Amino acid sequence: MQEHSLLPEVVQTTISEVMQIGSTVQPFSKESLEKAPRIRDAKVVHSVCPYCAVGCGLNVYVKDGKVIDIEGNPDSPINHGTLCPKGSATFQYTVNPSRLTQVLYRAPYSTHWEVKSLAWAMEQIAQRVKKTRDETFVDYLPDGREVNHTLGIASLGGATLDVEENYLMKKLLTGGLGIVSIENQARI
Amino acid sequence: MGSNMAEAHPIAFANVVKAKERGAKVIHVDPHFSRTSALANLYVPTRAGSDIVFLGAIIRYLLEHNAYFHEYVVNYTNAPMLISADYKDTEDLDGIFSGFDPATDSYPDVSSWDYQRDEHGQPKTDPTLQDPQCVFQIMRRHFARYTPEMVEQTCGVPREKWMQVVQTLIENTGRERTTAICYAVGWTQQSKGVQIIRSAAIMQLLLGNIGRPGGGIMALRGHASIQGSTDVPTLYDLLAGYMPQPSALLPQQTLAEYIATSGQKTGWWSNFPAYIMSLLKAWYGEAIHDGDSDCGYCWLPKTVGDHSHLVTSYDMLDGKIKGYFLFGQNPAAGSTNSRMQRQALEQLDWMVVRDLYEVESAAFWYKGPKGEPVDPKKVKTEVFLLPAAASTEKEGSFTNTQRLLQWRDKAVDPPGDARSDLWFVYHLGKRLKELYADSKAPKDRPLQALTWDYDATEPDPDSRIPDEPDALLILKEINGYYARPPEGSGESPERVYSLRDAPHVPNFVALKGDGSTACGSWIYSGVYPEPGNNRAASRIPDGYTNLQWGFSWPANRRILYNRASADPQGRPWSERKKYVWWDEEQKKWTGYDIPDFPANKAPDYTPPPGAKGMDAISGSDPFIMKPDGRGWLFAPKGLKDGPLPAHYEPAESPVHNALYKQQSNPVAHYYRERKDNALAPVGDERYPIVITTYRLTEHHLSGPMTRWMPWLNALQPELFAELSPELAKEQHIKHGERIVISTPRGEIEARAMVTRRLRPLRIQGRMVHQIGLPFHWGFQGKSKGSITNDLAHMVLEPNVSIEEAKAFTCNVRPFQYPQAGRDSH
Repeated sequence: MQEHSLLPEVVQTTISEVMQIGSTVQPFSKESLEKAPRIRDAKVVHSVCPYCAVGCGLNVYVKDGKVIDIEGNPDSPINHGTLCPKGSATFQYTVNPSRLTQVLYRAPYSTHWEVKSLAWAMEQIAQRVKKTRDETFVDYLPDGREVNHTLGIASLGGATLDVEENYLMKKLLTGGLGIVSIENQARI
Repeated sequence: MGSNMAEAHPIAFANVVKAKERGAKVIHVDPHFSRTSALANLYVPTRAGSDIVFLGAIIRYLLEHNAYFHEYVVNYTNAPMLISADYKDTEDLDGIFSGFDPATDSYPDVSSWDYQRDEHGQPKTDPTLQDPQCVFQIMRRHFARYTPEMVEQTCGVPREKWMQVVQTLIENTGRERTTAICYAVGWTQQSKGVQIIRSAAIMQLLLGNIGRPGGGIMALRGHASIQGSTDVPTLYDLLAGYMPQPSALLPQQTLAEYIATSGQKTGWWSNFPAYIMSLLKAWYGEAIHDGDSDCGYCWLPKTVGDHSHLVTSYDMLDGKIKGYFLFGQNPAAGSTNSRMQRQALEQLDWMVVRDLYEVESAAFWYKGPKGEPVDPKKVKTEVFLLPAAASTEKEGSFTNTQRLLQWRDKAVDPPGDARSDLWFVYHLGKRLKELYADSKAPKDRPLQALTWDYDATEPDPDSRIPDEPDALLILKEINGYYARPPEGSGESPERVYSLRDAPHVPNFVALKGDGSTACGSWIYSGVYPEPGNNRAASRIPDGYTNLQWGFSWPANRRILYNRASADPQGRPWSERKKYVWWDEEQKKWTGYDIPDFPANKAPDYTPPPGAKGMDAISGSDPFIMKPDGRGWLFAPKGLKDGPLPAHYEPAESPVHNALYKQQSNPVAHYYRERKDNALAPVGDERYPIVITTYRLTEHHLSGPMTRWMPWLNALQPELFAELSPELAKEQHIKHGERIVISTPRGEIEARAMVTRRLRPLRIQGRMVHQIGLPFHWGFQGKSKGSITNDLAHMVLEPNVSIEEAKAFTCNVRPFQYPQAGRDSH
């Protein structure tokens, strides 16, 4: 993380050099020197807050393959390192014992969830899409107008996803499968 | 107006507060005194749903007192344009415009709103603004009844207070000063939302505040990439970059017909053919180049009406929708009339829910709105609940509310079987392509032709998910690439590039309509202009326009239509407001931003008669996306409910419309025939109180991203309703006690917050109470509570099909003492 000072760099450096002249004793105890913020050796990953559309910059601190802290990015001209309560809590949004980590499946009229493998779920979903699409696809209206669509499948969501994810969703669902009702929070 | 910025966009509001510290005046007009009001110089309480009267009266004042920015208005807006002699205003028809068809409650023929045109099709004008058919004079007549007295009667705002707003606006306009206006869903979630925003646009154009630093209309959007999901749309009526989804209800059966009805002959949209062809090329690849281009176009599904979210919910309720995908969205608590939404989900054959937590929309089959058990044996819906990756667990870009793309690097892998939505969609597509691989059916050709190869060249060595697709490769497709070698490249013209090996296009100017370029969204072109240069990931701040912090579409421009920051001769309006100007020596536009104008078009350029394309736009017409290059005070086409804003009461209102006989928006969609969408009639004594809904800083939407988090639940632990001491006294409600809020759609419980933040207003001689509720709760998560959206109805705005959740009517009573003889719903 960058240090920020009100003084120009040249002046800072000069002051530091002057201050050290004749000073051989560091003003820190051994204990202080050994202590360090826990983020000191962490990898800093640049990210953006997932909540509202202001787009505050985040620094995600990663150590031993785990996120250990998330803070505002002081370099961002949008938030200058600050965050609101939600943005400040992003860590708990991502590192949270209540998160789903397995596929849950509920069969028609079933009373309970079942844990399933991801591969099984992907295959089943692809089968459902194909079956419903094949049953509901319309190429021409009765009056001869060409429509090439299915109104039997719909999709909702995208405003919390990435631009690239939205692109693939519309490309596959509309461009590939002919699904018309692709919608997201922008409609709300 | 229409926004509680301090609460809903707090970090952006910090900049407003900084501006205030430097002398800017902050005005907040809102039904509800909030954190924003507390920090404003002036707070004006108003009635929810009356915004057009408040703004319309400002417009009238500017026109009648010559307080508008004359040189800007005459040169940059369509004020001088003459409108058809057939045009009839709301003044003539008591609240409706010419072209209205009462049989269909719509404006099927809007030809009377169009300009009078010369033999070349160019609009006729009167630069003196005196002709009675010119836009300026039509506006004077139209807004004549929007008086300060009407503001008092309709908004409940004393005229002195309204006048303070007007004076402040006038003092902060002109060459030396500008005013910005911010709004959010307080405006969009109304049955005339688009026309409220139009009112603000008209006001800002009259004040000369568009395209200039410190000016503009700022839509404060609510989600990390809601702008991105509008630009690269997951919306039924749009293709990428604001090209319409083709419709079978229009003459759009062929590509040529589609271009003729969707593009424009003059202005920047004359490039429409290059953009649609490049999109088809990006989707269908060599199938486009080898076959005829109509083939790719015919594959695009055609709409046959309104397929928006809420209309789709009704179709679902009626059993017409069999399968449903939810990507991080929660209609069971987050969409209007949520009770109906949950019933609709029960009619599905199957649904896929992708989220981080088990949200209400995944649990509706065994749990009801109060957490009570539902009998699952009666619910057929098959549910696949797939764990999704968080924003820190995948790379990709968000587009913020300023059109700014910012790239996120990936920090760690998602846990367990959680995957990015990119992974899910990519692998679903691969499986479907396999399932359809051997099909000979014409309907399966588009899927077979769809270009779909986004495997990472080298899997991330730190990841245990080797088949995560390459997000940068998808960004390259969105940016655009050459499918054939560009001229002068020295390559053989027969060479065919794939996405992987193709040269990037530098920007959208390079796009062609002959199939030689591919581009997933033309407005994003330039974000990734060459290998190794992802401008969304650029992070170099400079303290002013920050052109190297992220990438702002189009072409990295930070202020749209910024040609208007200079006068017609190309000189800055003032030294203080200098931004983009014409450099006479270098013969080009320059400044602190990327000029939003052809770089070398001189300010004195005059189009020859009959000019086409951008040649038809003069050197002093800043609004290049419009066919006439002008900012539209009057919309000669494009809107479904009128060329000018008119005040209509909300669908549910305690009062009659004081301005016209027409009570509410004549072309809104009311769905009165649906028993699940009961509406209270005007002045219904059972529901006399105006209700509005809003966000809190500490929660997000219906709570899927906050109510599982103890830190935030500790800050805002439960649902409350804000109401005035006067209303509390009338209804025997004590602060802190539980109350019941009822509408014809349902009842919910909340804790009473008795506060002077909401005040009764005097409207048309009587006292009208207003209450307000946040909408963040549901029956799942670590903090549970009633679903506010169970109260809201489903009346849709006609242009964009958005519901009216910001102004409807209700009643309240203490929880312990149900009133005898009430209707129960």
